[in-house]
Amino acid sequence: MSDNATRREQILGRIRTSLNVDADSMERLELVADRLEDHKRNIVPDRASGTVAQNVKQFCERMEAVNGTVEHVKTPSEIPGAIANYLRLHNLPQKIRRGSDPALEKLPWGKARSLEVAVGAARKTDEVSVSRAFAAVAESGTLVMTSGSDNPTSLNFLPENHIVVVEAGRVAGSYEDAWDVVRAVYGDGEMPRTVNLISGPSRTGDIEQKIELGAHGPRRLHVIVLNRPSSAK
Amino acid sequence: MEPTSKNFKSNAAGALTDAQLQRALSNVPRGFVKKRADAAAALPEFEQLRDQGREIKNHTLEHLDLYLEAFEEKVVEAGGYVHWATTAQEACDLVVRLCLDREAQTVTKGKSMISEEIGLNAGLEKMNIEPVETDLGEYIIQLRGETPSHLIAPAVHLTKEQIEADFRRTHTELPEERNLDEPASLVYEARQILRQKYIDADVGITGANFLIAETGTSVIVTNEGNGDLTQTLPKTHIVLASIEKVVPTLEDASTLVRLLARSATGQDISNYTTFSTGPRRRGDPDGPQEYHVVLLDNGRSSMLGTEFQEMLRCIRCGACLNHCPVYQAVGGHAYGWVYSGPMGSVLTPNLIGVNEAGHLPNASTFCGRCEEVCPMRIPLPKMMRHWREREFEKHLTPFAARRGLGVWAWFAMRPKFYQRVTRWAARILKWRAGRSGRLANVPLAGGWVKYRDLPAPQGKTFQQMWKERDNV
Amino acid sequence: MNDKKIKVGLFVTCLVDIFRPSVGFAAVKLLEEAGCVVEVPDMQTCCGQPAYNSGDRKTSKEIAERTIRTFEPYEYVVAPSGSCAGMLKKHYPKLFGEGTGVQSRAIALADKTYELVSFLTDVLQVKGVDAQFGRCVTYHDSCSGLRELKVHKQPRQLLSSVAGLELREMSDANVCCGFGGTFCVKYPDISNDMLTKKMSNIEASGADVLLAGDLGCLMNMAGKLKRSGSKIEVRHVAEVLAGETLLPPIGEGES
Repeated sequence: MSDNATRREQILGRIRTSLNVDADSMERLELVADRLEDHKRNIVPDRASGTVAQNVKQFCERMEAVNGTVEHVKTPSEIPGAIANYLRLHNLPQKIRRGSDPALEKLPWGKARSLEVAVGAARKTDEVSVSRAFAAVAESGTLVMTSGSDNPTSLNFLPENHIVVVEAGRVAGSYEDAWDVVRAVYGDGEMPRTVNLISGPSRTGDIEQKIELGAHGPRRLHVIVLNRPSSAK
Repeated sequence: MEPTSKNFKSNAAGALTDAQLQRALSNVPRGFVKKRADAAAALPEFEQLRDQGREIKNHTLEHLDLYLEAFEEKVVEAGGYVHWATTAQEACDLVVRLCLDREAQTVTKGKSMISEEIGLNAGLEKMNIEPVETDLGEYIIQLRGETPSHLIAPAVHLTKEQIEADFRRTHTELPEERNLDEPASLVYEARQILRQKYIDADVGITGANFLIAETGTSVIVTNEGNGDLTQTLPKTHIVLASIEKVVPTLEDASTLVRLLARSATGQDISNYTTFSTGPRRRGDPDGPQEYHVVLLDNGRSSMLGTEFQEMLRCIRCGACLNHCPVYQAVGGHAYGWVYSGPMGSVLTPNLIGVNEAGHLPNASTFCGRCEEVCPMRIPLPKMMRHWREREFEKHLTPFAARRGLGVWAWFAMRPKFYQRVTRWAARILKWRAGRSGRLANVPLAGGWVKYRDLPAPQGKTFQQMWKERDNV
Repeated sequence: MNDKKIKVGLFVTCLVDIFRPSVGFAAVKLLEEAGCVVEVPDMQTCCGQPAYNSGDRKTSKEIAERTIRTFEPYEYVVAPSGSCAGMLKKHYPKLFGEGTGVQSRAIALADKTYELVSFLTDVLQVKGVDAQFGRCVTYHDSCSGLRELKVHKQPRQLLSSVAGLELREMSDANVCCGFGGTFCVKYPDISNDMLTKKMSNIEASGADVLLAGDLGCLMNMAGKLKRSGSKIEVRHVAEVLAGETLLPPIGEGES
């Protein structure tokens, strides 16, 4: 087998021959460079252009439509109790694992006395994970999760139950809105290792097209929307 | 995978008499077709998005060399590796080599058509590496030693009873008394088995729905989350992608994401759309330590600049399969290679040659439903016709058909003779049918009368009667 | 309609010419009633689809050039078939090189070519017909007419004006019947499967007459229905719209 550089040149050469173009045409190079730099938006559906309050409402409705569950809290201090309640309601152990996200670190976990809180990447035996969303997208009821020590990716997939906290102000209208936030945080052209767009719990229709939840990822996805009265416009 | 596309006719005949298969296929039109129609109707901008999707891909294909270079640069910048493969064999060897070098014993795999195209599972098994398909449908067909029959629903040709039997045969620790009557219990059983595989795997291999040049990102779309466990837990993540998967920006990928799930399953977006850029970063508690992308050409670069360039817009949603009455009749396996349905009928001859796959572009009524629903507006019937033209030029069209066509064309070009022959045909067929008004037997029309009668002509041709009317 | 009569060249189509001239006469009647003068150029044969869809581009071009020449003198060209009209309208221009003289003539032909029923409604603005048919019918949308020419509402609109007629839609009316020109003889088994599904949808509609706008599809469906002994009658939609329903249905003899 020839080496990688040779194969690379072969393929790029064939493409240029087929397209009948020069490798160093300035016009093409500029066009492509501009397109990458400008990253212009294409058509964004009208339904993604609501106010924050409308976005939150639409996000919740669409998340519920794809079998996610949603609850609202007004202050961060309510979150540990809400989690403990949720676990009780579903007969789950009072035991969660979360990342080291500062917003999660700061929560008064002591308020939910029975709750056992572990930190780090998911382990096989974990039944419930808690993450904080980087953002959310209203148009399709989608959570935007970014990887890092704050919110390890494995928490999104390995445990059977996933609880996600999202602040109302972070619910964007469209994917494009969310990318703008990603660029603001990570820089233009840069991405965290993993961005997960999550819309509902895991599902499959592979057996006779009958939809079943919990194929490999979480069977339940519960979203806690932190909606401080002042944050809704 | 050894193609059997040459045997399309006998493959199809077998499929048509396979009662299990026919029962499974009857779910296709009921499920996918309605869901897609509802999803398209629910988004007012859907048709505009299709136009824009087409433009995005057209632009990218015209500058494919540059976008691939830009993509590669960003992958390397993020700490990943890009491997180029001109042929299927090269790609397979490359991936096997990567796995061997990492002393891999178990490899988990997300759904990838490129993996099928390069015959990766066989390549891995030959070197005693265990490939484990994790998409539920793929897992099932792997147990059966089959190949996928659909782009996004690989086990659509199976019934739940067949799947239960496969699990009982292969899951040795499965208690006999466990009830597996319902899809839910089958899903749970597979989940338990595969959970351990994710954790044991040394390498995770996924496909890519899109590659993003702007950021050096590969994108996978799943509903099950299997692709994510596949690429998050093992030490090495290998992405298999063909060169036409690249798009310029996150914005462009977003437009295509809006089209993909709606066209495929009628969802607004699949449950999990995952953007991966390089290996894990400093401080990341999980994620792969190595990230490799294999870029496969395998004949695609020579489709550029030809009448088949537009086929490279395909985003593998499966809508053309779901809506194709021929696919609905015979299923995916009859097509004899990796890709089936209308998109397969155009792509397969490009990838394995028209000598091998010549039947496929002929096995269409040109009903046009595929083009009508294709999110990328690929003119599939037109391209199937192009293949027929190439076959005709290369004298691959069957002799009898050529000759029949020649005789007919001779008359069609000579109206006086034509009118004489048509008069004669109308009269003689009418006479042979007698009072019944139809014929159950007509020489040279065996394909027709095998299943249906031939309605008899009324006796005179229109041209003949029109002249009689003029003369009155 | 204004006083100056519209001059229409009727493209009879080869199947109507040979098998069912009554469809051609029904078309003439509908066009004349709507104020057209109809002529039938003697030099017409077939639109060339069999060659075109078999990949024989050379023959297709020769036949297309003949047809273009034959119909040049007319203001409009109308065919009682979505498939043949679609060939003239959508495919002829693509057969010839960009910007050539023959291509511009092909485009001129394409611009003035119509399928019969949509010509009546969309160009002549016909709102209804003066016909009577006291039967329960179902309508099959032939593929080319539906997808290439967007013929869907037009026949239903005119059928709703036929006295006594009840339209009962079948499921999957827009799914191919399995004809596909030479497809049905090249892949008879697959064609039959599609046809069988179509037949069960026709029967499930409860209608006792099947209508469509293309004789190829109609002969395919009638051939199957009659082979299986079905009582459902099959006719071209033009016959019903023109009130010309005295002759036996397709595939049936004089009783």
